[in-house]
Order: sequence, then structure tokens, then C-alpha cells
Amino acid sequence: MIEIDSKPFGKVQIDQRQKIHFPYGILGFEHLKEYALLDAAQEPFYWLQSLEVKEIAFVLLNPLIFQPDYNVELDDDELQELGVEKPDDLLLFVIVTVPKDARKMTANLQGPVIIGREKKLGRQFISNDLRWKTKHLVIQEHGDAGKQSAVC
Amino acid sequence: MLILSRKSNQSIMIGDQVEISIVDIKGDTVKVGIKAPRDVPVFRTEVYLEIQKENQEALKTSPDTIESLGGLFPPKKDKS
Repeated sequence: MIEIDSKPFGKVQIDQRQKIHFPYGILGFEHLKEYALLDAAQEPFYWLQSLEVKEIAFVLLNPLIFQPDYNVELDDDELQELGVEKPDDLLLFVIVTVPKDARKMTANLQGPVIIGREKKLGRQFISNDLRWKTKHLVIQEHGDAGKQSAVC
Repeated sequence: MLILSRKSNQSIMIGDQVEISIVDIKGDTVKVGIKAPRDVPVFRTEVYLEIQKENQEALKTSPDTIESLGGLFPPKKDKS
């Protein structure tokens, strides 16, 4: 176990296995390369906490929860770079922005965060799929997806 | 900023690893080919800036707000 200083919880103990290395950082924060993946106070959210600057912490969400059609196409080189050898190794997240009125929270589907579970390597990719934007209304799209499946 | 004129099918080397070629010019659109090592990320500037901006924005999310988010994603109802 190691102790880290986190934005959401202050000082917390984490397991070595929660540490993720981002060789390219997060866009706009390229100089920060070490993060930890923490469970947020509420499921299914996570915090991606910088281990170098306490104030840098992003809220992550699995996009398939509210947008079942979502996918990111990665080529073999990109998967290899993250040490992903089988589909199970890959964790797919998007960064969520939550304003004071939480129901207006948005998710950035254009810049997904992919983590290779085995090698603990992460990278923020840019999707070339024109359907995915930087501000998707999470609650609204979750509702829409629910309706569609109810009709089926 | 260094400004160079290039014609279709001509290119520019940046260092010895990055090559930018002008593939095609039609009206006001230029098709550019980029050869770069894998560790040099290449982005359309406006997309790069937008994602950067959104990442900045995401940092404003307060931990207190997340605590209030319980039960937002209830299991979907059965179809029956």
C-alpha cells in the first residue's frame, strides 16, 4: 500500500496496482504522467487522480452505461502500446464534467481514456468518429438508450 | 512562423523523422499527408484544443457533487 494525496479524499492509502502510467499524459496536461484510479463516492464513477499534482483529478465513467453504441477503434500498434493482448485487458472510460446541477453532467466521448489493465498504461485518444463530441448529456442519453431497449 | 510555398506532391521535412506532404489541393481545401514516428501524436488543431479545453473544464467537478450522484443509473427495467 502507498499513501497518496487526493483531491476527493485527501490522504488515502492505495494499492500499487491502482497506479496507471500515462506516457503522453492527458491532453493539456502532458507533463503529468502518473495517475491512480480510485473508486468515487458513488458508483459507477471513478477518479483519475494525478500523483504529481493533488488538484488534478478527473471523473471517469464507462460510456457504455449511457451510450451502448459507443466504441473506439484502436489499431494493433495502439493496443500493443497499452500492453493490451486480449479484450479483457482494456478498460474504456470517458471524462465527465459535472456542473453544480449534476443532472446537466456531460461526458467527453471525443477524447476517451483507455487503460491497459495488465500493464497499467493509459492514454487519452481522439476519436475520428464524427458522432462523438466533447459534451454529451449523460442523463438524457441514458434515458434515451433505456427507451430504445424498452421498444425492442 | 516559418512560411514555405509548396505545390501538390511536394513535401517538407521537420527534423529527420517528420515529413509533411501536400497530397492534393482542391479549392480552399488542402489534403496533407503526415509521416511521423508513433510517439509523435498528430491532431487536427481545433479538435486538440477542444479536448484540452474540455479537460480543463472537467477539473472543476467538485467531489461533493459526485457524492450527491447516488442512484443516477438504476438497473434498467426488465422488458416484461
